[in-house]
Amino acid sequence: MVQEHLPLSRARDPRYFQVAFLSSLLAAGLLWRGLCSTPAQIALTFAAGLLTQAAFLRALGLKEVGVLSALITCLSVSLLLHSDTLWVQPLAASAALAGKFMLRARGKHLFNPANLGVVFGLLMTGHAWCSPAQWGHDVMLAAWIVLLGATVVWRSERSDVSWSFLAFYLGLAFLRVAYLGQRPAVFWHQFENGSLLLFAFFMISDPKTIPDSRAGRVALAALAAVLAFGWQFVFYRQNGLFYALFLLTPLTALFDAWRPAPRHAWVRAELVPAATR
Amino acid sequence: MTRTTLALVSILALAPRPAAAFCGFYVGGADTKLFNKASQVVLVRDGNRTAISMANDYRGELTQFALVVPVPVVLKREQIAVGDRALFDRIDAYSAPRLVEYSDENPCEPRRMYEFAPAAARGGMANVEDKGRSSEKALGVTIEAKYTVGEYDILILSAKQSDGLETWLRENGYHIPKGASAALAPYIKQNLKFFVAKVNLKEQVKSGSANLRPIQFAYEDPRYMLPIRLGMINADGPQDLIVYALSRHGRVETTNYRTIKLPSDAEVPEYVAQVFPDFYKTMFAKSVADENGSAVFTEYSWDMGWCDPCASQPLSNDELRKLGVWWLDEGQSPSRGRWGGGGVPVRVTRLHVRYDAEHFPEDLMFQETADTANFQGRFVMRHPWRGAMTCAAADGYRRETRARQSREAETLAKLTGWDLNDIRAKIQWIDSSEDGGGTWYKNIFH
Repeated sequence: MVQEHLPLSRARDPRYFQVAFLSSLLAAGLLWRGLCSTPAQIALTFAAGLLTQAAFLRALGLKEVGVLSALITCLSVSLLLHSDTLWVQPLAASAALAGKFMLRARGKHLFNPANLGVVFGLLMTGHAWCSPAQWGHDVMLAAWIVLLGATVVWRSERSDVSWSFLAFYLGLAFLRVAYLGQRPAVFWHQFENGSLLLFAFFMISDPKTIPDSRAGRVALAALAAVLAFGWQFVFYRQNGLFYALFLLTPLTALFDAWRPAPRHAWVRAELVPAATR
Repeated sequence: MTRTTLALVSILALAPRPAAAFCGFYVGGADTKLFNKASQVVLVRDGNRTAISMANDYRGELTQFALVVPVPVVLKREQIAVGDRALFDRIDAYSAPRLVEYSDENPCEPRRMYEFAPAAARGGMANVEDKGRSSEKALGVTIEAKYTVGEYDILILSAKQSDGLETWLRENGYHIPKGASAALAPYIKQNLKFFVAKVNLKEQVKSGSANLRPIQFAYEDPRYMLPIRLGMINADGPQDLIVYALSRHGRVETTNYRTIKLPSDAEVPEYVAQVFPDFYKTMFAKSVADENGSAVFTEYSWDMGWCDPCASQPLSNDELRKLGVWWLDEGQSPSRGRWGGGGVPVRVTRLHVRYDAEHFPEDLMFQETADTANFQGRFVMRHPWRGAMTCAAADGYRRETRARQSREAETLAKLTGWDLNDIRAKIQWIDSSEDGGGTWYKNIFH
């Protein structure tokens, strides 16, 4: 069993930045018409998520694991998953965090926790949905997400996966628009989608669930882009981003076997590989 | 706290701004100026099956009418029908935003009973054509099917290239606007067919109906979408579209444009009852502007089994069937008791879009969510008690009521952008003279 490392230098842990950014987004969503999660849903989601995390830490005797990852999972579930009940998002957050401890391979999570929570909610509860257009297509919001997201992935040294995912996905979108003879505005409309950018910078970039090597990460990003794109534009199904990542992250072990590389650590001061086999 | 009595729903007649048709070209002779009310579409969807009804509010020359809609498959005769215009009025009335009226009771006396009454309205869509003959092979156009359904002559066309289709349509008397081929091209590339309709004058006379009836068709395809791009070609401003999305379980929303709920349950001044259509139009325009013109608005989402308050009675199973809901007769356990067995397995989501080419570069894509929470566009108006009050509570009531009227004025200003002073000048303020009932006889003989 692997432990996450307690940051020696907290300021350097990019997850603080990520938590701050996602919190601001959640606050904006609460005040801004249209975000469906209610304060009660959010409070219950955090309560359930953090309790699950604490229960597992206790049961497994883990002491040096921080709360950041659980916070990010709860924030993500609150932001992405919607429900007309009070129990769906808390259950999804619990499932996500339980999955983080229980579904492991070679010292890595088998699934991205937030992604697992979203897919669990969508498939298992019958009372959940995602609104891919909830963040609209606003240039300023898009710029804000890109700016802050780019900073987070740069500091966690996983910029490559975010940028290559966007390049592949938007490349496909561009080719489609060009092939169909649609106006460039259609491409920009797809580019400015806040949900797509959030996914690229705050979900697929989680170092714990993607390959250690750059080549592996770029390959994963390419596959995810193709799958998500095909899901939406060939099969006309919803939530392709989440399902693509859900199906692909378990393959991370294969990518790591193909291109071994040092394991990621949140803070550089501690470069000791986290993996123990 | 003032006691209130639920009373009277009044309403609507939104009479939206003139707009061009959404799903086809508005053609018409260059000199024919056409105006339309908002387009209306009933979009029934479950699984991969879709049934669409499109209402026309066409009022030009019948020979000028034409409709061009991209469809995913070559439709068979049985997949096409003409519907009943009255059903659009029914579903419009049922789902329309509403103004609910409450009357305060005399704070010095106990309560009474209630009643209600509704109304609503909205318009349709349309298009035009002419006459012609053709050389379809050379132009890469294939007439896949040809039907006369009701008063319409319908062709299902497939095309190899957009300029060929544009030429064919023009040669056959459809006055296609310039730039049409650019808009048609993406649909041809996606292998969509074109549903083209014009009016058969003989059949139109036989139908005995003054207005063109809605066109309906059903097909099976994974795309849950509504083509709106074609209608923008010759539009000279934003157009309104009302989509009544009928689904089996949950609320419907757009997946490529933000869907948001319109402000609801706001308390507004009494005089809004006299200007409700104007109020609603202004409020809607402001909401559109607040969202930079690129959002879709939910006006209603409700289980078809009931309503509260009812702007109009829910549609019957028979009416729903005529609008294309095919699953009502599946087994006899449809509602799964969500509403204690009284429910109907149909939800109507009323979406209102004001679109133009700049803000809506793509056609509308939809999804049915799992959301079964009911929502209605509802505004509340409360009439103060203006009769005699002869008790100690009267002073407090007057104070509270004036404060409430003040709040209502501010709410109205916020919703519409109207000037607060103008609003305040129109409000019939409750008399604040706190005479403690000393002049109680003032009103009793009037």
